[in-house]
Amino acid sequence: MSTTDTPAPTGAAGEGAAPPVLVRRARLLGGEETDLLLAGGRVARTGPGGSLEAPDGARVVEAAGLVALPGLVDLHTHLREPGREDAETVRTGSRAAALGGFTAVHAMANTDPVADTAGVVEQVWRLGREVGLVDVRPVGAVTVGLAGERLAELGAMATSAARVRVFSDDGRCVHDPVLMRRALEYVRSVDGVVAQHAQDPRLTEGAQMHEGVVSSVLGLRGWPAVAEEAVIARDVLLADHVGSRLHVCHVSTAGSVEILRWAKARGVDVTAEVTPHHLLLTDELVRGYDPVYKVNPPLRTRADVEALREAVADGTVDVVATDHAPHPVEDKDCEWAAAAMGMTGLETALSVVQEALVETGLLGWADVARVLSSAPARIGRLEDHGRPLAEGEPAHLVLVDPAARRPVAPEQHATQGRNSPYRGMELPGRVVATVLRGRPVVLDGALVGEQPDDAHLGASRGAPHGAAGAS
Amino acid sequence: MRHLLSAADLSREGALELLDVAEEMAATQAREIKKLPTLRGRTVVNLFFEDSTRTRISFEAAAKRLSADVITFSAKGSSVSKGESLKDTALTLQAMGADAVVLRHSASGAAHRLAHAGWSGVGVLNAGDGTHEHPTQALLDAFTLRRRLAERAGGDPARVLEGARVAVVGDVLHSRVARSNVLLLETLGADVVLVAPPTLLPVGVGTWPCRTSWDLDAVLPDVDAVMVLRVQRERMGGGGFFPSAQEYTRRFGLDGRRLRLLPDHALVMHPGPMNRGLEISAEAADSPRSTIVEQVANGVAVRMAALYLLLAGEDAA
Repeated sequence: MSTTDTPAPTGAAGEGAAPPVLVRRARLLGGEETDLLLAGGRVARTGPGGSLEAPDGARVVEAAGLVALPGLVDLHTHLREPGREDAETVRTGSRAAALGGFTAVHAMANTDPVADTAGVVEQVWRLGREVGLVDVRPVGAVTVGLAGERLAELGAMATSAARVRVFSDDGRCVHDPVLMRRALEYVRSVDGVVAQHAQDPRLTEGAQMHEGVVSSVLGLRGWPAVAEEAVIARDVLLADHVGSRLHVCHVSTAGSVEILRWAKARGVDVTAEVTPHHLLLTDELVRGYDPVYKVNPPLRTRADVEALREAVADGTVDVVATDHAPHPVEDKDCEWAAAAMGMTGLETALSVVQEALVETGLLGWADVARVLSSAPARIGRLEDHGRPLAEGEPAHLVLVDPAARRPVAPEQHATQGRNSPYRGMELPGRVVATVLRGRPVVLDGALVGEQPDDAHLGASRGAPHGAAGAS
Repeated sequence: MRHLLSAADLSREGALELLDVAEEMAATQAREIKKLPTLRGRTVVNLFFEDSTRTRISFEAAAKRLSADVITFSAKGSSVSKGESLKDTALTLQAMGADAVVLRHSASGAAHRLAHAGWSGVGVLNAGDGTHEHPTQALLDAFTLRRRLAERAGGDPARVLEGARVAVVGDVLHSRVARSNVLLLETLGADVVLVAPPTLLPVGVGTWPCRTSWDLDAVLPDVDAVMVLRVQRERMGGGGFFPSAQEYTRRFGLDGRRLRLLPDHALVMHPGPMNRGLEISAEAADSPRSTIVEQVANGVAVRMAALYLLLAGEDAA
């Protein structure tokens, strides 16, 4: 890719003043070469490759050989702020997201304080706006303090400036069946969805890894598949009974896929996500006891991986969501039992999807756009995202070089987390450019036009007009 | 031998070599002066994050009889729950010039981590990690078994354990001793059967290189040795793995009646410490066929051999 800027009257990078962008010869959803003119935050014009002229002041992005997808939408991201800024902040997480090709992320509620009030979700939403690299959409907790005892003020979060539509106690399961039923019923009034972390707490007390052959040899307490499957089975029946919408987070077993398939055939309004790591990695990796492979739900078997890939291909699983979970080094640089659970994922998700689903022939690029953009946007009720790259639509897009191959180097990632399970693995694909609302935030694989980090820096460079007051 | 983390680390040749060296070590222990100069100037650190007086003393005696300098570090209690302490302790020991670390830890894989996380370059000897493995216990059990079976039948010591039938009875699920024994005995050609209530056998045990049974009475008449595992009292009641101590004893305890189901030559083994009256009766524990005290004595010789091969093996080879 190369970019050239035709001389423009304004040098400001502020959103309101974003100059037009002409993307030339991108393969739209992996298909025909297409020119896209982005102006005013929208796709102003499209035409066959090489057919559009750059208007005065336009930035031209040469995209021959690159695949254009609508900006990716992550339904499941841990940004850690507020509370664990040593692990990640909205800023560092936004950088990672943009570099991974995402234009919107759903920030999970298990922060400190928990995102269980309008005040906290608005704070996270506002931090996202200030950073301005991706749209940060907070997820609200289902229950106060994630304690699983009483409903949080879901209505207040839904009607706040953050407009929360996804509610989740992720990290914990809403295991009380009555509480789950009430949550499912209640969110209907705000067009919301309960995103369930399906994990029976009693069956997984002290659980360390998938229960099976490897756990028996390693002497690590098993995490049975049934602990996930039993909760999903209950929840699809509950959702059916009360006529509500249910979303299942990070499905990890072949049995869960079967239950979802059954539920969908029955007409239950259920959607499900799978993480990139559950599409690629297995519990065999735990044999070295490296906690970088410790994650919730745990890595499962090869048969589960195959079933999950098939489930994405046939639509039983609707979306791929990262469950990006950064941790400070010390929380992983220890013995297995003491280590935190979770893996980073924003900057590798698209590559893993290409490796596991595209290169295996299970998905085309249009399907990738579905599972990483349009479906998650629809589930999260993000009207402005996951739209087709067509005239008049919002200009959120990502340009991917599918021919690139590179080893994963977590040290080079923008996330603060170094806990990538793909370290050293060679993966295909590279995000070359990310465009948010017509403004390039990533070009040539690097961040561009980021707002200054600190208030004093901002002041010395003049008023950061893209900050709090951005439209 | 760079580390000894799992019984699976040992090939058949490696395991037999270690047992043979242990025989030599045991011979020296019959002398009036038991101390050998072999590891003079080397420093062995006993790093015990979990209480285990008998294992710690056994390793201490083994290292001292090889003339190594021994530092014993007991870090019990709350520090165990913090991963930092393992790493930082490793760095400290490295800085102090430790040549080998004997590690006992409540977390499965702790020894593996210490050896391979890149924290330090010292040799690591696993003295029990969580519910994973305890390879020197399996080695001393194999040593004891081989000696006793050879005394009876004679023959090539390298082949004595081939086809030997061993029952391992009890809490296999939580037992590092069972895991190491299954692996090592398989390597040495023995035929192992695990006997336990189904709640105390791990999911996945079907892939282990052994058989399983829920019926101790049916197994006992066909074995050369029965290894009784310690049953921890916290596993019943609230733990819910079995209904009561009485029921466990009735179904899986080695009592006088079951003792008489064994063939005449069969041995009774236990890694200790025993719960007399729970998994083993006094009659069984104190019978002439019991090797329980002998196992303790053999433990020192086997650990001398392990330390020797870990620290002096390359020079000797």
